[in-house]
Amino acid sequence: MTDKSPLTLEDLPNSYIGRTIPRPNIRRLAEGRGTFTDDLTLPRMAHVAFLRSPYAHAEIKSIDTAQAETSPGVIRIVAGEEMSRYCTPWVGVLTHLKGLKSAPQFALAVGRVRWQGEPVVAVVAQSRAQAEDAVALVEVDYEPLPPVVDMETALAPETPVLHPELGDNLAFERVVEAGDVDAAFAEADAVAEEVLHFGRHTGVTLEPRVLVGDYNAGAGKLTVYMSTQSPHMMKNIFATHTGIDEDDVRVISKDVGGSFGIKIHTYPDDMATVALSVMLKRPVKFVADRLESFVSDIHARDHRVKAKIAVKDGKITAIEMDDLTGIGPYSVYPRTSAVECNQVLNLVGGPYDFANYRAVGRVVLQNKNIMCQYRAVGHPVAFGVTEALVDSAARAAGMDPAALRRNSVIPDDSYPYTAASGIKFEALSHQESLEKILKLMDYEGLRADQAKLRQEGVYRGIGLAAMIEVTNPSPMFYGVGGAHISARDGVTIRLDPTGGVTCATGVTEQGQGTEAVIAQIAASAIGVPIEKVRVVTGDTETTPYGGGTWASRGAGIAGEAALQAGRALRANILEVAGAMLQAEPDRLDIRNAAVVDADTGSERMTLADLGKTVYFRGNELPDGVSPELVATRHYSPRQFPFAFTNGVQACWLEVDPDTGFVKLLDFWVVEDCGTVINPQLVDEQIRGGVVQGIGAALYEHCIYDEDGNMRNATMADYLVPMAAEMPDITIEHVETPTGESVLGAKGVGEAGTAGAPAAVFNAINDAIGALGGKITAIPATPELILKALGKV
Amino acid sequence: MDPVREITVTVNGERLTARVEPRKSLVDFLREDVGLTGSHVGCEQGICGACTIRLDGTIVRGCLTLAVQADGAEVWTVEGLSDSAEIAALQEAFQERNALQCGYCTPGMLLTAAALLRDNAAPTRPQIREYLSGNYCRCTGYQAIVDAIESAASQMKGAGS
Ligand code: FES
Ligand code: FES
Repeated sequence: MTDKSPLTLEDLPNSYIGRTIPRPNIRRLAEGRGTFTDDLTLPRMAHVAFLRSPYAHAEIKSIDTAQAETSPGVIRIVAGEEMSRYCTPWVGVLTHLKGLKSAPQFALAVGRVRWQGEPVVAVVAQSRAQAEDAVALVEVDYEPLPPVVDMETALAPETPVLHPELGDNLAFERVVEAGDVDAAFAEADAVAEEVLHFGRHTGVTLEPRVLVGDYNAGAGKLTVYMSTQSPHMMKNIFATHTGIDEDDVRVISKDVGGSFGIKIHTYPDDMATVALSVMLKRPVKFVADRLESFVSDIHARDHRVKAKIAVKDGKITAIEMDDLTGIGPYSVYPRTSAVECNQVLNLVGGPYDFANYRAVGRVVLQNKNIMCQYRAVGHPVAFGVTEALVDSAARAAGMDPAALRRNSVIPDDSYPYTAASGIKFEALSHQESLEKILKLMDYEGLRADQAKLRQEGVYRGIGLAAMIEVTNPSPMFYGVGGAHISARDGVTIRLDPTGGVTCATGVTEQGQGTEAVIAQIAASAIGVPIEKVRVVTGDTETTPYGGGTWASRGAGIAGEAALQAGRALRANILEVAGAMLQAEPDRLDIRNAAVVDADTGSERMTLADLGKTVYFRGNELPDGVSPELVATRHYSPRQFPFAFTNGVQACWLEVDPDTGFVKLLDFWVVEDCGTVINPQLVDEQIRGGVVQGIGAALYEHCIYDEDGNMRNATMADYLVPMAAEMPDITIEHVETPTGESVLGAKGVGEAGTAGAPAAVFNAINDAIGALGGKITAIPATPELILKALGKV
Repeated sequence: MDPVREITVTVNGERLTARVEPRKSLVDFLREDVGLTGSHVGCEQGICGACTIRLDGTIVRGCLTLAVQADGAEVWTVEGLSDSAEIAALQEAFQERNALQCGYCTPGMLLTAAALLRDNAAPTRPQIREYLSGNYCRCTGYQAIVDAIESAASQMKGAGS
């Protein structure tokens, strides 16, 4: 027994780790029997609709609600001043983002409107339709002000200042300087330079934002049913700004119809809805309609980056860049709108081994919809810049783009590694991943096909994109800056007298499979079939306090907590079993929901029998035995600020030079997210993420005119990826577990979105380069491509 | 405001009479008045397909169809087709293949897929993708959905139905 090598997690009897298990809880969704927040109807529930500003920037001269008040079904009409007595304003700053400034933001505009779509008046009525009818009758007299639209001129002296008390429109600025950048450029064999534009886009969750505020005046309790990623964070925010004791606020998140970072921010209309419920002492529901979503859900990206890269002896030696981004009129609370730019500065050059880095990032205020963190925050911009530079540098140096990457990625044997930007990597596998994808896609073969087809007038391109992803964030992400956002998450696991196991956790489910993963880990750690496990999420009153789901943290953080809680419960069970069976606990094991002899595997008692004895016939237990059939464990990473993952993506596409249309032919991903718990769920996260990234690369764009009006705020005009145009995506893995946790899992939720835009962008330029064309912006619409080819 | 109108509709095999505003969409009627919340609303503009329902044998956009247009008609939603087991093979395949993440698009996808398989028992992948081109899914990237429909089709053929 002594020289047996320890069992790994995957070797444990009845381990589900590393196995594809169909998500146990989704049949009800497939039968239309989920409970999305809009499916809820509460007694006396009223509905709110908002009058939104038609101007990007204007003074509110007067508001006349007289006619609207008489409209059928109207219960109450509220504007900014009155609302501010029920809901205090908030300011989206964090202390670790030094110098970040923003102005107080109100639930309903007070005095001035600062973006087209900002809520101005709330109308509560018996039905949504009646509320909308009355909204149409509210008269607001605006005096339009000159809007600040173009981020390039937001800081010019003649540009109006959005919030006079801030002095200027600069919300945040950061400079990074490492090594000797000037010397590296002076000594370079080749230098390439780019000015790149990353269009504004948005999340377009199929289920729009929705919530029901339900204030019970008798109990002094506020319950908010909400489609959200972070119930505990929202509980704190609702309490803080409505003045209700935080312990009297409960947030319940039922099924969530997609989130991707959209449903984790403080939105004025959400805050107003909750305040109205308090004001009216009855449930109030708000569902954003799609037109509202486009002008009120956070937007993302919108970066202009000037960047330069140096190559010497066939290897990258320096990167210099200047990032400018416009975030709308307010930094969003509580995560702030400086994080994306900050991430871009951290992540540019991330996959590569070089020491000389200079970066400037500026975040400016403007009169457009608010911007904040959306899936893969900063990553698509950072790798869009990096990978465009690498391809340009390869052209400048006369090298194959794969060869320049091969020479320049951080070698697999050089960890731990600190990047020029200062970020730290525990262990990554760029070399192995790159070789794997080149083989998977048959890079050499594709190059040959490409050359042959070009003779026939067919323009195909290959795009490569190496990337890293921030996952499993520690408190260094938000908490350190003063935000009440938990980096820690816990899992409580309970054994019932049925032998059933219930896990409750603070991380939440939006379809990525959190509940399945927790169930797999708990079942494996305890030793029960997965059918025995139930998982509870999304309720601040019944789950351990925690951060929820963001920054690809569910599996890595709550997964580890589930593993530890499961092991603790297992130890508790074996202790009771040992006392009951008069055996040493370490000679016993739990397999297939029964206590067995560890050596022979023969069954001694089922967990259901053990549970029944403990709960119903405790008198049979030996003296001094005090069974605890429940265990809770928490986990938060501490050694590294983030558990970085890495991957490579590759795209093969064809451009029609006459129409500018892009046809995606193939797409490959090699991803290293550490221990894979459920291969199918991991791959589906990657595929969904890649397609979102393809959307950013080819279609999605919030188009604003010079007056600050969004011109395409409908699903007919804002294009999203649809089935017919999307390719099948082939995925392979490298597994480099994180050593910080026993489980070793890192996140994977954002990797696809992080790398895909760069791969598509590079493939387009690889295709049209033969015709002398080059794009420098995404989305790469047919018009943009035809322009790049000089055809329009 | 328009006066309410009385309509009689057979929903999932159950005949019911209700008074509705003429402007009310069929999907709102099903969700709010009948309590069938399985059909979803994603755009109210006929683009996303989340509201897809079966009206007199054909799939329609529940957001572009008025409740009064369904007067005298037969309506099937995902709940009814689940209970009748008509789409059981598709549901099984969707679950097996993880062809739903958040599940918000799923009822519309299933109704669309069922319509496809009635027209074409063995569609190719491009045909499946083309047929789904009016159904938006933000989560899956579509590949799993295409796989699931393909596998349900072969399952159903195998079962000789
Ligand atoms: S809600 Fe009907 S098509 Fe989108
Ligand atoms: S599964 Fe979420 S929209 Fe399709």
